[in-house]
Amino acid sequence: MAPHDLRRPFKRAAISDQQRRRELSLQRQAQHRRDAQHQARCLASFLNPHSDPDPEPEPETTPEPEPEPTDSPKELDVRHASKLKGAEARKWFARQLMLPEWMIDVPDQLPQDWYVFARPAGKRCFVVSSNGTTVSRLRNGSMLHHFPSALPSGARTKDSSGSAQSYSILDCIFHESDQTYYVIDMVCWREYSLYDCTAEFRFFWLSSKLAETGACDPPSQYHRYRFSPVPVYNCDQAGLSAAYTGAVPYVKDGLLFYNKHAHYQTGNTPLALVWKDENCSQYVIDTDSKGQVPSQQQVVLELQDNGNLSTSDDPPVVFGCLDQAFIEQTESRSGNLLRFAIGDGGLNFVDGKLEKADLHYLGKSNRARAFADSYSKVG
Amino acid sequence: MAMEVTQVLLNAQAVDGTVRKQAEENLKQFQDQNLPSFLFSLAGELSNDDKPVESRKLAGLILKNALDAKEQHRKLELVQRWLSLDPSVKTQIKACLLKTLSSPALDARSTASQVIAKVAGIELPHKQWPELIGLLLSNIHQLPANTRQATLETLGYICEEVSPDAVEQDHVNKILTAVVQGMNSSESNNDVRLAATRALYNALGFAQANFSNDMERDYIMRVVCEATLSPELRIRQAAFECLVAISSTYYEKLAPYIHDIFNITAKAVKEDEEPVALQAIEFWSSICDEEIDILEEYGGDFTGDSDVPCFYFVKQALPVLVPMLLETLLKQDEDQDQDEGAWNIAMAGGTCLGLVARTVGDDVVPLVMPFIEENITKPDWRQREAATYAFGSILEGPSPDKLIPLVNIALNFMLTALMNDPNNHVKDTTAWTLGRMFEFLHGSALETPIITQANIQQIINVLLQSMKDVPNVAEKACGALYFLAQGYEDAGSSSSPLTPFFQEIVQALLTVTHREDAGESRLRTAAYETLNEVVRCSTDETASMVLQLIPVIMMELHQTLEAQKLSSDEREKQNELQGLLCGCLQVIIQKLGSSEQSKYVFMQYADQMMSLFLRVFASRSATAHEEAMLAIGALAYATGADFVKYMPEFYRYLEMGLQNFEDYQVCAITVGVVGDICRALEDKILPYCDGIMTQLLKDLSSNQLHRSVKPPIFSCFGDIALAIGENFEKYLIYAMPMLQSAAELSAHISGADDDMLEYTNSLRNGILEAYSGIFQGFKGSSKTQLLMPYAPHVLQFLDSLYMEKDMDDAVSKTAIGVLGDLADTLGSNAGPLIQQSVSSKDFLSECLSSDDHLIRESAEWAKLAISRAISF
Repeated sequence: MAPHDLRRPFKRAAISDQQRRRELSLQRQAQHRRDAQHQARCLASFLNPHSDPDPEPEPETTPEPEPEPTDSPKELDVRHASKLKGAEARKWFARQLMLPEWMIDVPDQLPQDWYVFARPAGKRCFVVSSNGTTVSRLRNGSMLHHFPSALPSGARTKDSSGSAQSYSILDCIFHESDQTYYVIDMVCWREYSLYDCTAEFRFFWLSSKLAETGACDPPSQYHRYRFSPVPVYNCDQAGLSAAYTGAVPYVKDGLLFYNKHAHYQTGNTPLALVWKDENCSQYVIDTDSKGQVPSQQQVVLELQDNGNLSTSDDPPVVFGCLDQAFIEQTESRSGNLLRFAIGDGGLNFVDGKLEKADLHYLGKSNRARAFADSYSKVG
Repeated sequence: MAMEVTQVLLNAQAVDGTVRKQAEENLKQFQDQNLPSFLFSLAGELSNDDKPVESRKLAGLILKNALDAKEQHRKLELVQRWLSLDPSVKTQIKACLLKTLSSPALDARSTASQVIAKVAGIELPHKQWPELIGLLLSNIHQLPANTRQATLETLGYICEEVSPDAVEQDHVNKILTAVVQGMNSSESNNDVRLAATRALYNALGFAQANFSNDMERDYIMRVVCEATLSPELRIRQAAFECLVAISSTYYEKLAPYIHDIFNITAKAVKEDEEPVALQAIEFWSSICDEEIDILEEYGGDFTGDSDVPCFYFVKQALPVLVPMLLETLLKQDEDQDQDEGAWNIAMAGGTCLGLVARTVGDDVVPLVMPFIEENITKPDWRQREAATYAFGSILEGPSPDKLIPLVNIALNFMLTALMNDPNNHVKDTTAWTLGRMFEFLHGSALETPIITQANIQQIINVLLQSMKDVPNVAEKACGALYFLAQGYEDAGSSSSPLTPFFQEIVQALLTVTHREDAGESRLRTAAYETLNEVVRCSTDETASMVLQLIPVIMMELHQTLEAQKLSSDEREKQNELQGLLCGCLQVIIQKLGSSEQSKYVFMQYADQMMSLFLRVFASRSATAHEEAMLAIGALAYATGADFVKYMPEFYRYLEMGLQNFEDYQVCAITVGVVGDICRALEDKILPYCDGIMTQLLKDLSSNQLHRSVKPPIFSCFGDIALAIGENFEKYLIYAMPMLQSAAELSAHISGADDDMLEYTNSLRNGILEAYSGIFQGFKGSSKTQLLMPYAPHVLQFLDSLYMEKDMDDAVSKTAIGVLGDLADTLGSNAGPLIQQSVSSKDFLSECLSSDDHLIRESAEWAKLAISRAISF
C-alpha cells in the first residue's frame, strides 16, 4: 500500500547513454531490415516471369494445367541479386535496362503518343545512389564509377531531406568528353519506384526532381560528376527537327523515341525505338575492336539447350541450329553467346517469317556481352 | 487435521544456521506431503492469540507466499492451486484469517489483512467469497478500535489487489463510505484514522462513479483536506498522498478545489515537517505532469472538444507558486550532491520549478529573474547555489527568444563561477546549468548560436579544467561537454567547430577515466558516455583520430580481462568497465563502419576486437554481455559476409544469449544481432540455422521469457528466411503454426489499455515481418507452393487486422506489404484467394490514400504485385 517513490531524477539527463546506444542499435537494425525487405521486393519483381507487366496473351486452348514451378533452376535467387558478381551480375543488370528496338517503320500516332530526344553518345548505365554512395553500372553489369554525388543518399553528407538509406536509380548515358551523366530515364526516386509509371510521368518527375537535389550543379568535393537531363520533345514536326538538328552540349548518337504511355519495361521493348543515320550518329554500323567496319554484317546469338541459335527478343527468334558435333568442337554451352557473320545468303523469309539465315561462325562473343542481339537490329 | 507448527516456525527464524535450515526443510516437507493441512495449520497459527507473535507473523507470510509470486508464470500456478483446493479447507482458512483481524497483536492483524487481500485477489474475480465485503463492513461498526483499524487496512489492501470491475458498485459505495467515515475528524482513534486514509489512497481507483457525483466528491475532498490538518504527522502525510493521487487520477474534477488545495499545500511547504512538505510539493509536480501531457497531446491549441481539457492550474497559481518554490531552494543540505539517495525539500522544489517552466513557458521567466539577480552574487553559498539552480531549472520550456539574451549574459558569469567559486555545491550546480544551456539552447535548429567562434575556446578550456575538479563537479562538466558535442551533431559532414579541440577533448576524457576517484559520482561512466557522444558527432576530418582511439580502448579492455584474483566488489567494477569499453567500441564501429573509406582502415582491427568481445562473455555480468553483443552486431554489419570466419567461435555465445531468459535484455539484443548476422552472412548463416531456430522456437514457447522479446523473435524469423531463402523450408512446419496462433491471439486486443495496445501492435508487426521475410525468401524458388497452404490464414489475419481498426501506422505499413509479398511470391496461384480478401480492396485503397508516405509506398507495391498475380 506504499505510495510511489517521491524522488524524481535530479540534475540528470532523462536518457542514459546506454539506453541511447540500445535505441540507436535498434534503429539501425530496423532500418537495415527495411532495406533488405525493400531490396528483395524491388529485385524480386524483375527476376520472376510473373513480373512482366504486359504478358503475351496465352492461347486459350488447353485447360489450365498444374501450376508450373515459377522458376527455372537457372533463375537467380532474389536476395543475391544485389551482390551478384561476374556473369550473373551481367545477366541481371542487362535485364534491368529498358532497351529500344530499331525503328523499322513509323508507329501510328507518332506525333500524339511519342517523345523524341537526341541520344547522347557514351556508355549506357544504371546509376544507383544509396547509403551515402553512388555506383554506376554498365549494361553488362560491370561497375563504371563509384563516387559521391548530390543525388539522394548519394554521398555521406547530412541530408535532412530524407532517410540516409533511401535510394534512387537513374537510367543514364555517361558522356566521356564532358564527364557528365546524361539522365535519360528515372527508375526509382527516393525509394519511390517509377517502374509502373508512364514515360510521361517519369520524364516529368525527372525534370522536376533532378534539379532540386543539386545533382545538375558542377562537380564539387561531394559531387564528383555532373548530371544533366536531356531535352525531350513531342514527336511533332518541330520536335523532330529540334531533336534531329538542334544543338546539344553532347555528341549525338541517334534519336530515341519513347511511347508516352509505356511503363519502364526491362529488356527489349517496341515501345522505345532508336533511329540512327549519318546525320545524327557516328556509330551507325558496328565496328570491330580496332574500329574497322567489318565486311559482313555480324550477329550475336544465344545458344539454347536444343542447339537453336536465337535472338534476345521475347519470344526469341530462331536464326538457326547447331549440331551436337559443332557444339562440342567449339566447347560451347547452352547460354553462350556466339558471334556469326551473315553470309551472302542473307536472311530468307517465308510469309514474313524468317526461314533460314546464312550464318558463319566467328567465335564466342566478347565476355563483356550479356545478351544476344535483338531481331530488329539484325533485320 | 491442523498440526503443531509453532516450534518449527520459531526455529525457522533461529540465529543458528543449522537449526534454521532444518526447520525450513521440515516446512517444505510438510507442504509437499499435505498442502491443505499445511495451509490450514499456518492459518490456525496466525489466528491463535496464545501463540508467540513471531511464529504467527511467519505463518502469515508463508501463507501469503503460497498465494502469490512476483514471477507471472509462478503466480498463475499458485492461483490455480488455490482454486482447486478443497472448499471446506478454504472456508476454514478464511474463517481463521477474518478472526485474526480482531486480535490484540498488531503484527498478526496486519499480516492477516494482507493474506485476506491475496485470497480476495484470487477469489473475487471468480465470483467466490461473495460475503467477504459484507463481513468486513459489519466489522466497521464494532467497538474495539483495533478491529476497525485492521478492517480498514484490509479494505485498502483489497482495493490494491483486485481490479475495480471485480467489485459491484454497491459494495464500492459501501467501502468508500466506511473509509471516508473512518477518516473523518470525528474519529478519535488516530490508528483507525490513519488506516482509513491509507485505505482511501488505494480505493481512489474504485471511486470513478463517486467522483462524478458532485455531492459525493465534495464530501470526499472535504474529508481529505481536513485530514491534511490533523495533528498527527502520519495522517497529514497520508492525506497529502491522497491529494497527489487525486491530482493525476481526477485532474479534470479538481477545478472547484484547487484554490483551497493551493492554500493547504503552501502552508505545508512553508511550515510543516519535511515528509509532509515533500508531498505538498509533489502535488504541484504531479499537476505539472498532467498539464504537460495534455498540452503536448493537443499541441497547445486546446479546443472545447478535447477529451481532457487543460485548466491551466499552474499558470493561474504562478504568481504565488513560483515564490513558494524559490523559497525552498534555499533549504539545501550540505552534502546532497555526494549522496545518491538524497531527496530534500530544496531538490523537490527545484525539480517542481523545472516542471513549472515546462508547463507555462515564457511566463515563468520574469518571476524567477529577480530572485536570481538578487542572490547570485551573495556571500552565502546557499543563495548563490539557489540562484544558479533556479536559472538552470527554467532553461527548458520558455522560448529560445526569451532565454538566449539571458544566457548570453549569464554564460560568462557561469564559466567564471565554475572556475573560481569556493563552494563545491555551487560549482556542481553551475556545471549542470551550463549543460542545460547547451542541451536546450545550442544546436543547428537555433538561429542565434550561444556558442561562437569567439567563446568556444574559453568554454572548452573551462570544461576541461573543471573535469579535474572533485568527482561530482567533474561529472557535471562531462555532462555539459556531452551536450556541447551533441549540438554539433548535424553541423554538416565536412567541418565541425569541435575539430580543432578534438584531440584535446579526447585526451582529457581518457584522463578522467583513469582518475583514482573516477568510481565516485558516476564520473567514469559520464566520461565514457561523453567520449561516445564526441565520437558520434565527429566528422570525416577527425576520422583518423577516432581510428587511433580503437587500439587505446582495446588495450583498456584487454587489461580488464587480464586482471586476476579480484574480490567480488572489484569484479563488479571490472564488469561495469568492460560494459563501458564495449559500448565505446560499439559507437566507434558504428561511426567508422558507416563510411566506406574509414571502414576499410578500421577493419584491420576487426579480428582483435572480436576476440576481446568473445572474452567478455566469460564474465557473469549481464550489462557487459549486452554491450559486447551490441558491439558484435555493429561489427557484423560493418564486416558483411566476411563475418562468417568468426561464427565457429561466436556461435556458442550467440546461443547462450538466446537462452538467457533471466536477463531478458541480453536475450532481446541477441535476437537483434541474429538479424544483423543474417543480413551480413546471407546464406552462409545456413549451417547455424538449426541451432538458432531451435532456440528461438524454445524462447517463444517459454512462459518465463519476458513478453517484450517475442515480437523481435518473430521479426528474426523473417530475417532468417530472407537470408536463407527456400532453405527455410524445413522450419515452416514449426514456425508457421506458432505465427498462426500468435496471429490469432493478436488479432483482437483484450483489455484495451495503452500498454496492451502498444504491445499487441509490436507483436503484430513482428508476425507480419516474419511473413514478409518468408514470402520474399521463397520468391523465385521452385518451392513456393509450400507456402500455399498458409496463404488463407495470412489473408484472414490481414482482414481481421483491417476490421479491428486499431493498428498503428507501422503495422499498417507492414501488413499491406505482406499482402504484396504474398501476391508477389505466390502469383496467380493465390489470385482467387487474394481477390476474395477484404484487404485487397478496402484496406489497400485506404493505404493507397494514406497520409503516411511509407504506407503509400508499401501499398503501391502491393497493388502492383496483386495486379500481376490476378492478371495471370
